[in-house]
Amino acid sequence: MPSDRRLEREAARRRRHRRGQAIAALSSLIVLGGLAALILTSPGWPEVRETFFNWDVFKDSFPDVAKAFWLDVKIFVIAELAILVVGLVVALVRIARSPAMFPLRLLSVIYVDVFRGIPTILLVFLIGFGVPALRLSGVPTDPIVLGGIALALSYSAYVAEVYRAGINSVHRGQRDAALAVGLTETQALRHVILPQAVRRVAPPLLNDFVALQKDVALISILGPLEAFREAQIIEAQLFNFTPLVAAALLYLAVTIPTARIVDRLGGPEGAVR
Amino acid sequence: MIEPAGPVLELREVTKAFGEREVLRGIDLTVREHEAVALIGASGSGKSTLLRCIDLLEEIDDGDVFLDGETITDPAVDPVGVRRRLGLVFQAYNLFPHMTALENVVLGERRAHGASRAEAEERGRALLARFGLDGREDDRPDNLSGGQQQRIAIARAFAGRPRALLLDEVTSALDPELVGEVLAAVRDLKEEGMTMVIATHEMSFAREVADQVAFLHEGRILEQGPPSRVLTSPQQDETRRFLSRLLEAGRA
Repeated sequence: MPSDRRLEREAARRRRHRRGQAIAALSSLIVLGGLAALILTSPGWPEVRETFFNWDVFKDSFPDVAKAFWLDVKIFVIAELAILVVGLVVALVRIARSPAMFPLRLLSVIYVDVFRGIPTILLVFLIGFGVPALRLSGVPTDPIVLGGIALALSYSAYVAEVYRAGINSVHRGQRDAALAVGLTETQALRHVILPQAVRRVAPPLLNDFVALQKDVALISILGPLEAFREAQIIEAQLFNFTPLVAAALLYLAVTIPTARIVDRLGGPEGAVR
Repeated sequence: MIEPAGPVLELREVTKAFGEREVLRGIDLTVREHEAVALIGASGSGKSTLLRCIDLLEEIDDGDVFLDGETITDPAVDPVGVRRRLGLVFQAYNLFPHMTALENVVLGERRAHGASRAEAEERGRALLARFGLDGREDDRPDNLSGGQQQRIAIARAFAGRPRALLLDEVTSALDPELVGEVLAAVRDLKEEGMTMVIATHEMSFAREVADQVAFLHEGRILEQGPPSRVLTSPQQDETRRFLSRLLEAGRA
């Protein structure tokens, strides 16, 4: 039989909880309702609704935009796999201590500085138009491939730094313990340090992938018919921006789930509750 | 008790500095087979550094360390091969947190000593059982008490069949009620004749288990001998001061 004191406390806790929920609901209603009212009563709203949120245009254009979005998906999936590998290799070269690795280490530093420092859209442009102009045999000229390479190079530079931070975050005592049981430096890295580092950097790594998934739209400047470009073409034909909204929804359909996975990995603190 | 035999580890005039700070200033020490040598001394007296230098985790500046007569501190010697013949247990356990207890114990067996998985795991299970950890094989270190973790660390160091075990204040990070179970594991190894160098703050344990006690002060061994002499009737003022400070703190 719980004591009165305890029942009293529980009742107070329930009251506090109910009051918190009521305040959250009310303030959400005021803020979101206010925003909606502001937009819906704006003088230009009828035209905006017609040009951005036209249901008929949406219905007609969505299948085409979605089909084009499939190209985005293929590009970012392949790019992400390449980035995971290239980023790791660059990070490993950068932390290698052997003197023989010095030139490679220098190159990796330059690579990260340069590719992280140039706007991604410029990289897509330079690689997409510059490489074919070299007219080298055996070098790809397909704008989809070149665009994907540009994105992969840009994001691998970021991801290499993410990996490096993760490797450096593993306590020195782990390396000592691995060496003490008789492992070589390479074995210590492979069996002890990397597995811990990769687990730790999974959230920031996926965060970079969210950024990449929407940056695939940059490839449109080279001409491939991916979602953004397809939407732009339909928009130009119909003088209606709704296809672009359709494209935006498709990008969200992949970036939001990825973000939720990031939250899950990062523990409950990051999630919206 | 198994009687000490010929020397396993010999240190001659070992010096080590970190930058300007001289941590070891000419250490001479002999550890004979089946012998347990306790290193005592205040924090910062160089006990940990000495053990790390023997296991070649730190490079010494001058002097020599011999393992079974071979100069292991010669720059031409491959440190990996030397570490495979020694075992080191850390104060903070340093278990691999992404591995289970069993995986921690078998990693060295499999990767450094080339044992097959089945062979290594069979031995690993037996070792864990020996240190009272049966049923804990598949637990991660996070789910275990400090005493259990340190016993896994001892099993891990012992798994490579070392010529000598180096124990670096293996009970200092433990809650008082967990100290006993770890000391029991060390006692067990001593009884079977394991050669050991034990850096410790536990004077009663040093008295019980060690054949020799060496008192380290500011990078030198000031006094050395059987525990009955060094701990009971120390010859040096510094040793007396150190022991009485421990006594005041209730640790002796």
